[in-house]
Amino acid sequence: MSQADVAMEPLAVHSIGDHGPVMEERPFAIPSSKLVMWLFIISDACTFGAILFAYGYIRNSASDWPQVFEAASIWNSLLMTFILVSTSLTVLVAVKAAQSEDRARAFRWTMITAAGGVLFILLHIREWISLIHQGAKLWQNPWGAPMFGAAFFSITGLHMAHVLGGVIALMVVGLGYRRGRYAARHVEIWALYWHFVDLVWMFVVPLVYLLNMKR
Amino acid sequence: MIETRTSGMGSIYFVYAAILMIALVQVIVAKALGPSLWRMLVLAAIQAYLAVMFFMHLRDEKPSLRLALIPGTLFVLVMMNMIWADSFRLMVMKPFAK
Repeated sequence: MSQADVAMEPLAVHSIGDHGPVMEERPFAIPSSKLVMWLFIISDACTFGAILFAYGYIRNSASDWPQVFEAASIWNSLLMTFILVSTSLTVLVAVKAAQSEDRARAFRWTMITAAGGVLFILLHIREWISLIHQGAKLWQNPWGAPMFGAAFFSITGLHMAHVLGGVIALMVVGLGYRRGRYAARHVEIWALYWHFVDLVWMFVVPLVYLLNMKR
Repeated sequence: MIETRTSGMGSIYFVYAAILMIALVQVIVAKALGPSLWRMLVLAAIQAYLAVMFFMHLRDEKPSLRLALIPGTLFVLVMMNMIWADSFRLMVMKPFAK
């Protein structure tokens, strides 16, 4: 039994002689690796919260904040939402398959999820290129407040980096699970991360795209 | 091995459809009524609640985990709202106070 497996075992209540119980059950009844992922998600939520609040601050204090997103960009963001939310569903199918020890099916759905993530990134890059061709740069743009580019590219860039990280992690875990190197709980833990990436996008679309829609 | 009891896929499909529907409603509301910050935030919060509770299965975990994760995070995020007064001050002072 590896050290990792030992760490996954539920802590039992033992008695040594007449000294009574010396170990308690886990307070949250989840594996420690899953708790670590939850704690990471909480800290990352605060990171995204901070960057979105900073964006709000800059936007609020600028009198000429650009309203640049036309219908094509809005529909593109909606398509990206559809893809990302759909991958949350496909990763859940992968988790269910992994929990029932169906390795081929779990691998297949993990890879479908990763492919969805890649498609999301490609659509996002297309959006970036479109904005850059219109003249948006980090510190200047043809529309108004110069910080627009920095805010847009940093928020969406940070999110895209998370998606890319998730794609890589899902591919590694999916392949490892198929080969028997990883257990079902590893697929479940990275699925949690993937849902979080989806969750952040639910705030990025209304705050970054819809609030800056051309009217 | 400790495993979380998870909901069936039936409710997951329902939540999936609901989240997509809310995303569409967000766009329609933003176009029809204007993209009010509060309207957008409320709809996004509903989506986030559904995702956390059903996709991330937090509703299937022990209440102690929910208690450990949610109030602390919300507290930190609410505390970040202290910046707004200053951003309004900057807006009122534009271009610069004489």
